[in-house]
Amino acid sequence: MAVIILLLIASIAVAALFLFGFIWSVKNGQYDDEYSPPMRILFDDKPSKKSSEK
Amino acid sequence: MVYQLLNQHELCEYYDLNKNPGLSQRIKVRKDKFAFLEDPGIEQQLIHFKDATNTHVNFYLPHIHCSSCLYLLENLHKINAGVIKVTVQFTRKEVDVIFDHTKISLRGVAELLTSIGYEPYISLQQLNKAKPRIPRTMIYQLGVAGFCFANIMLMSFPEYLGLEHAEKNLQYAFRYLNLFLALPVLLFSAQPFYNSAWKSLKHRFLNIDAPIVLAIWVTFFRSVVEVLTDTGGGYFDSFAGIVFFMLIGRVLQDKTYQSLSFERDYTSYFPIAVTVLKDDKEVPTALPQIKPGDTLLIHQDELIPADGILTRGRAYIDYSFVTGESIPVLKEVGEIIYAGGKQTAGTIELLTIKEVAQSYLTRLWNQAEKQPEEKGVSFVHLLSRYFTYIVFTIAILTALYWWVQDPSKIWPAVTAILIIACPCALLLSNTFTNGTILRIFSRNGLYLRNAQAIEEMAAIDQIVFDKTGTLTTTTRHAVEYEGDPLSDSDLIAFASLANGSRHPLSRALVQHLGQHRKPIDQFRERIGKGLEGWIYGRRYALGSQSYITGMKNLSSGTRVYVSVENQVKGYFQFHNFYREEVNALLSRIRPDYELAVISGDNDAERPELERMAGKKTILLFNQQPQDKLRYIEIEKEKGKKLMMVGDGLNDAIALQESNMGIAIAENSNSFTPASDGILDAASLGKLDRFLQLAKGNRQVVMASFVMSIIYNIIGLYFAVQGDLSPLIAAILMPSSSLSIILLTYGASNLYARKLKL
Repeated sequence: MAVIILLLIASIAVAALFLFGFIWSVKNGQYDDEYSPPMRILFDDKPSKKSSEK
Repeated sequence: MVYQLLNQHELCEYYDLNKNPGLSQRIKVRKDKFAFLEDPGIEQQLIHFKDATNTHVNFYLPHIHCSSCLYLLENLHKINAGVIKVTVQFTRKEVDVIFDHTKISLRGVAELLTSIGYEPYISLQQLNKAKPRIPRTMIYQLGVAGFCFANIMLMSFPEYLGLEHAEKNLQYAFRYLNLFLALPVLLFSAQPFYNSAWKSLKHRFLNIDAPIVLAIWVTFFRSVVEVLTDTGGGYFDSFAGIVFFMLIGRVLQDKTYQSLSFERDYTSYFPIAVTVLKDDKEVPTALPQIKPGDTLLIHQDELIPADGILTRGRAYIDYSFVTGESIPVLKEVGEIIYAGGKQTAGTIELLTIKEVAQSYLTRLWNQAEKQPEEKGVSFVHLLSRYFTYIVFTIAILTALYWWVQDPSKIWPAVTAILIIACPCALLLSNTFTNGTILRIFSRNGLYLRNAQAIEEMAAIDQIVFDKTGTLTTTTRHAVEYEGDPLSDSDLIAFASLANGSRHPLSRALVQHLGQHRKPIDQFRERIGKGLEGWIYGRRYALGSQSYITGMKNLSSGTRVYVSVENQVKGYFQFHNFYREEVNALLSRIRPDYELAVISGDNDAERPELERMAGKKTILLFNQQPQDKLRYIEIEKEKGKKLMMVGDGLNDAIALQESNMGIAIAENSNSFTPASDGILDAASLGKLDRFLQLAKGNRQVVMASFVMSIIYNIIGLYFAVQGDLSPLIAAILMPSSSLSIILLTYGASNLYARKLKL
């Protein structure tokens, strides 16, 4: 049954990983502004005429 | 102009993104408006970070409103190469700008933003203190508690399912792992409860958190004892669960509105700097450095920061910030001008007689702030106190009983009682109900500062309204004409004449008569008096009574006299335009609440108000800010609970003094004074329903509390007998918590739906 102990440690380690992911994302300010990031992804830069002339 | 700038830099997509971009039309800004940003002292306090080339600065741009704004602002580096990066914080209406200060100055950035229609709002408040960051500790605590709770639950299953007989070693492993996982919950996640309990004990008051902390500790230590003595698995899952659910409730209840501020004092109304004349030179000076005797140069549309005597120019002051009244007042040289007004016509010079902090308005403010806030104690704390006494009585009785019968059972029975009878259900029902109701309110345009405000609102028995700007709207006027009848062509002529002026009354007249632009010869505007001009060969004039008729201003109310060919025809009478829903609202709340209307205006509107508000309503006119404050104080001394609904800075002191101050906001950009709640002007008609829902809050809390007591009685039945198995605790605890959450959520929403909110 020692394998259960091993699995236990593995499962807690994975859960802890997600916990740190969560804390990191909060600390990083990802939940501060829920409006701009989903908008930002929709703005694509048109190929600029100036840069194509170069 | 904006389009040109955008087109040049190929940002035309701006106009494709949203159907109505550029709501914030460009406001003409004086050339030197941001000159003060070149002052190193002021610059130092605004920027966050600076190295050899890069400077980081944060601006508040009240004009941000749509996705196009986002696009435009974040592409600012294409318009000016000096800007390196712009990041928009949409909900807070802020931008973080990183720029190369070798290529563009701070002033340059501010002017660039202004030139595309986003004028940064830089106020005195930013000079005084850094913005508080949003507290995130509780979110971390919640995350940790959730992690530990879920894992402890998982580890506890083998125990419940009876695995222990098969594998003794495995059982130890599970139990010690649980103990280990419970530690962060005890030491980190439960901290908010320790803080609150400690604070209340220091004030010799037993609040709801004290018995909760006791229950948390008893649960933990009994579990530790069980694990160490190998007598059982402990109640770690219940323990982590309680903390987790209670933290969720706290987080829900403490929802904050990032784009709103409930803490505004006069400093956020005032500019950061003004121009001071020193030896005929214009020096931008930060407000706190202004001394009596300085000569201030106030440009058009600037706020007057300190009391002073007018020394040059003609002041035409709009006191709408202070009184809510938007019609400007004329002041001549030699008169005292009080701080808070906005100059609306040309440039004036002002000799300061008092420092900014000593001026009439600011002094009033500081006086009001000195008094400590004595808000009521939530009924939940009082309820929990009785609850605690009862629980202790039961615990002592049980201990006595077992002392006689079987002393070995004292320890398990008493600890089980304290675990089961933790008032966490009461706390849960309270926080979850408050959280739900705060959300229902905000969906309907009422934003409350905190959950305590709901209870304040439910206890109100008198409602005091400010008139101007609160019951009435400043954007519209009701206009009536009295005098000799005017022909259509005369009316068109007057409309064209009024069209040439920016005076609020002229604009109101245009709104009333319609937009007309006939050519005018020799158009003249005399500030504070009136307008005249020749249209189709006839001389038309409109203005104040003394200007048109030559007589002294005697009339009550606001009138604009008109004349054709020097012959007085009559006058337009302007009435305040009451918000459409006011009449119905007043008649709905009249039976249940005492009403009062306090106005800074004269009593010309008394009959109209009496008709709407009824005979019993107290009507007070010509009230200065301190009169309003005194009225609130007197009524409070009589034991009344007052709600004050107001808008301007003149109501701010009264708003703070009343039990519940609600500020009316015309739109999300407008500034509201410090208050307990901000009400969208369009939702004023829902005020009676808001009040009812606030009362419903208490009923919902009580109902779910009764339900939790039933759970407690079931639990206590097992507990007093001294055989509370961890399994029963593990089933009872989450199921009671979940059903309470569902009940509070459902009941609050049902109540709101009944009220059509």
